[in-house]
Amino acid sequence: MKNNLSMPVRYVINILSIIFFLVLGNFLLKIGLFGRAQVSTIIQSGIYIILAVSLNIVVGYLGHIPLGQAGFMAIGGYAAAFFWKSGILGGELAFIIGIIIAGISSGLFGFLISMPAFRLNGDYFAIITLAFSEIIRSVLINFPKVTGGAQGLKRIPKYSNFFCVYSIVIIVCTLIHLIMKSKHGRAILSTREDEIASKSCGVNIRRYKIFAFTISAFFTGIAGAVYATNQGIIAPSEYGFMKSVDVLVMVVLGGMGSMIGSITAAAFLASLPLFLQSVMKSFNNYRMIVYSFILIIIMVFKPSGLFGNYDFSFSAILERIINRLFVSKNEKVHENL
Amino acid sequence: MIVRDMHKSILPKRDQNVKAVIECKGVGIDFGGLCAVNDFNILIKKEEICGLIGPNGAGKTTVFNLLTKVYTPTRGVMYLNDKNTKSMNSIEANQSGIARTFQNIRLFKNMTVIENVLVGLHNEENCGIFESIFRLSKYWRSEDLLKKRAMELLSIFGMTNVADHISSSLSYGSQRRLEIIRALATRPSILLLDEPAAGMNSSETVELMENIKKIRDSFGIAILLIEHDMNLVMGVCETIGVLNYGVLIAKGTPREIQNNPVVVEAYLGKAKE
Amino acid sequence: MHRFNWLLIFSQFINGLQLGSIYALISLGYSMVYGIIMLLNFAHGDIIMVGGYIALISILNRFGPFISVFFAISGCAVISVLIERLAYRPLRKASKTSLLITAIGVSIFLQNLAQLIFSANGRPFPASSILKNNKMRFGKINVNSVTIITILISIISMLLLVILVHKTKLGKAMRAVSEDLESGQLMGINIDKVISFTFILGSSLAGIASIMFCCQYPLVNPTMGYMIGMKAFIAAVLGGIGSIPGAVVGGFTIGFVEIFVSAIGFSAWIDVAVFAVLIIVLLIRPFGILGRRLTEKV
Repeated sequence: MKNNLSMPVRYVINILSIIFFLVLGNFLLKIGLFGRAQVSTIIQSGIYIILAVSLNIVVGYLGHIPLGQAGFMAIGGYAAAFFWKSGILGGELAFIIGIIIAGISSGLFGFLISMPAFRLNGDYFAIITLAFSEIIRSVLINFPKVTGGAQGLKRIPKYSNFFCVYSIVIIVCTLIHLIMKSKHGRAILSTREDEIASKSCGVNIRRYKIFAFTISAFFTGIAGAVYATNQGIIAPSEYGFMKSVDVLVMVVLGGMGSMIGSITAAAFLASLPLFLQSVMKSFNNYRMIVYSFILIIIMVFKPSGLFGNYDFSFSAILERIINRLFVSKNEKVHENL
Repeated sequence: MIVRDMHKSILPKRDQNVKAVIECKGVGIDFGGLCAVNDFNILIKKEEICGLIGPNGAGKTTVFNLLTKVYTPTRGVMYLNDKNTKSMNSIEANQSGIARTFQNIRLFKNMTVIENVLVGLHNEENCGIFESIFRLSKYWRSEDLLKKRAMELLSIFGMTNVADHISSSLSYGSQRRLEIIRALATRPSILLLDEPAAGMNSSETVELMENIKKIRDSFGIAILLIEHDMNLVMGVCETIGVLNYGVLIAKGTPREIQNNPVVVEAYLGKAKE
Repeated sequence: MHRFNWLLIFSQFINGLQLGSIYALISLGYSMVYGIIMLLNFAHGDIIMVGGYIALISILNRFGPFISVFFAISGCAVISVLIERLAYRPLRKASKTSLLITAIGVSIFLQNLAQLIFSANGRPFPASSILKNNKMRFGKINVNSVTIITILISIISMLLLVILVHKTKLGKAMRAVSEDLESGQLMGINIDKVISFTFILGSSLAGIASIMFCCQYPLVNPTMGYMIGMKAFIAAVLGGIGSIPGAVVGGFTIGFVEIFVSAIGFSAWIDVAVFAVLIIVLLIRPFGILGRRLTEKV
């Protein structure tokens, strides 16, 4: 396998391209290439990308359908909003600590919920996660003194900008990638493929299910915090079933189990209203109808989604190009595992 | 292809000096009202190749499921390497030395061949989540070790050249072989093979016979197999048990079984002449 | 409170029966469909909304109460059969995940289509033109006639269902298919017909429940089916999905839980209580009160 790039080289290439992407993006925004609507759509897309890739852990890699992602978003959003509004800290540091608090509190809930939820399978799992998220919403409404009740929280300090949102996007995607490409990731995938075989190989599938669900909740909570600071106002009514479905559509459209699929679909669907606004003013009325159609059509005609479970690797592509250019043609390229 | 005793040195400590790898005493299970297996007694010694035969629906696969704790027996006791398996689940059973293949192949279909083996090697290296995420040196070391070991195992059946193929793209025979490799990867002291020759032609079956013996010799493990192909069973097994209607009706060497009238009756029905 | 107010408790009991029987009717639809094609028919709740709107429109167009009710029930049946044909049938061999996602898609589609046609705002339902609500007195107890009629009609429909399922040929086929779809097929049962029949039965019951519900709570809106459907599904799961008596038991359990929680003054926590009951029951008996454990074949 002499024509493979070594791992350190791959990492250097990836890190450089990430920095290049962030700096370029920030530069393009600074010089005012995009209008306000476009910038806010780009940031919105970033939030949905985090949501989609973290849902993809459970839907795509673990093969379960949770319908309660909105609940974790709410927990993350409220937890971060409490911290930010308390004004203990200000500035960049407050932002970072806020999202960490959001992630941890949401991850903790995810952990607690997953323990009973994974005693059930398939549809039961879907419904019990939905039940939990409805409970979270009811609790938020019914403690108005703490949570602001149905009105929710207002005047949340705004920290979100292109740079910080996309830094989080990249960190989250990288972490998920690193987990999935380790023995723990393989264990999660094996659970999806065949639980009985996986158990017969000595894999503690229950532990891995809980682990996958918890990190999914953790990242969803982070997305919820970013969402909250970006909106400035959050209310329980936002975190209903439809929000969970919004994200589910992205994962399904992109292809369950493909991170690049989730990213593309999230970016595409989140910016769709912007493109269609000029075409038809009232796209928002049709949005959910279009979404539901997408869900049904994809399930009927191409259940694997747009990308199947193909995963994108920049260095692998680079490697292929290098191979094509410098190495004798017929040698096989070994993909990195 | 396999160097004798190559794998023996790395067997876990638990396998030393046990009386029996598997011992069942009066094991039975009921499904609703149906008694699927009843009063099942068997003793399998170290490095023994044992066959389990019987007509369809006799409860052979159920016995496998009981041994691997997919089902919990209603009655009786089972010992695995002298340890009572009463409180174990199928994960712990695997960790205490039992590995199996399945009648209807259960590979991780969308994962590559080597990934399948790597899942089998899951408990081999103790590399935590933290070390994996941050790619500390321990991760690289353990990952290298696992891959080397996986390739070594794949080489038993000469499958190293397909290591990066998706496992569902393999031929039927190769899928069966991969399942055996995956089971071996968990370092069992007994390997259960559920109809390993199903769907194989006669030359493949002969090769499989050779391989079963080789695996026993080089890994130093016991093997229990369910099989309908009598040539294979008679050729490779040292002892054979015959199941009918959930009851073990005969036990013995291949020769004894062949001449046992009860067995002949179970398979062919009563002689009319 | 020093003394139990027995009258109050009795009238709450009647209310629980009323709500429970509505849930039971709906959860039967979930349970039967799940029993046959292992599909959590997410859209079943929205069938109730469809029934509500059809009844509303027919009444506004001056069809009589009987014809309106007939329209509503048959409309529910037709739409659910259409859904089965167009969305679920192509996926019969697909994974359960795909089926679930499709069902969610259908549910969202129905909700948003209704929103587009009728706007998101609720519309008052002319309950009195279907059922006049008279106060009835039994001794000291006041009971609404709607309540009594709801309970009676529900019980009659359930009995009819039991007769249909146990005494007719199609019902027998249905039970056979719910045991094992493939061997049913091998025995010469027309699966498509049985599945359509199941959907018709389930959605007709949902149509009846929809009228009952709208008479009691006279407001229809596009998302009304979500919560009712969800709770009825919970009832089905609670009773043991796939089991007809289970669905009835689950429905009444949920009805009583709701009435009890609001009677003790926690009406804001009704949903939480229902979900909590579900979670607790599933943890104790993962296959429901009257359900059977399904094991995967190895």
